[in-house]
Amino acid sequence: MMPQILFLFFAAICVAGAINLVLQRHPINSALSLVVVMASLAALYLLLGAEFVGAVHVIVYAGAIMVLFVFVIMLLNAGAEEQSQGSRIALLIGGPGVAVFAGVLMWLVTRGDKAIGNAKVGGMISSGDNTHNVASLLFKEFLLPFEVTSVLILIAIMGAVVLASRKES
Amino acid sequence: MVPLSWYLILSAVLFCLGVSAFLLKRNIITIFMAIELMLNAVNLSFIAFANYLGKLSGHVFVFFVMVVAAAEAAVGLAIIIAIYRTRETLNVDRVNLLKL
Repeated sequence: MMPQILFLFFAAICVAGAINLVLQRHPINSALSLVVVMASLAALYLLLGAEFVGAVHVIVYAGAIMVLFVFVIMLLNAGAEEQSQGSRIALLIGGPGVAVFAGVLMWLVTRGDKAIGNAKVGGMISSGDNTHNVASLLFKEFLLPFEVTSVLILIAIMGAVVLASRKES
Repeated sequence: MVPLSWYLILSAVLFCLGVSAFLLKRNIITIFMAIELMLNAVNLSFIAFANYLGKLSGHVFVFFVMVVAAAEAAVGLAIIIAIYRTRETLNVDRVNLLKL
């Protein structure tokens, strides 16, 4: 019973944070509610026995990426967003469209529920050290993708420096 | 123990909220945050399936998604700074020309 209660608790926080992200007008409020979503997602990862992913999620997402967002919001002194013609069109077309999309996704998941059966998730995956097993998988089976991502990060750093640098003219 | 479909439904709800934020928000920084929310929703279903199938490959995919998200955030925010420098606005409705 306890895992269900914990899941529902953190899922409620997660969805509330995401709804708040949509409703808030000021970007800094949206950023802070996204941090709430990240933190409760990390707790959900812990419930699924992914303790290393949960820790990395807090450090990389809630730590690094969100600090980057808040930094840019403050650097550009972003105010509350203004409404315009485009936002009304987006509300008219996007709102029902997203509702239909959500309905289709729910229908697919609940229909597949029979095929999945009474599958239960929770607890640790491997009996031994989870982090150790992830590391050996990452550095043996997924070594080439791992090296490719390091090249990707390098290119991203150079691209960010080139794009954000001030042009002399 | 929690049924797998609960996690998938939560993931779908988060993804759809991310899509709606992407469509409804006019601020370019908030649109970027909506993309991060969608990536997180997909990560949740990766972890849930990794637990369900008893394989750790899902965790490794989550790391790759995180790396791509970090790279995307760095480049995207640099582009946002460049846009703000030339146009003095963050509203996407006013950024409708590629060339000034």
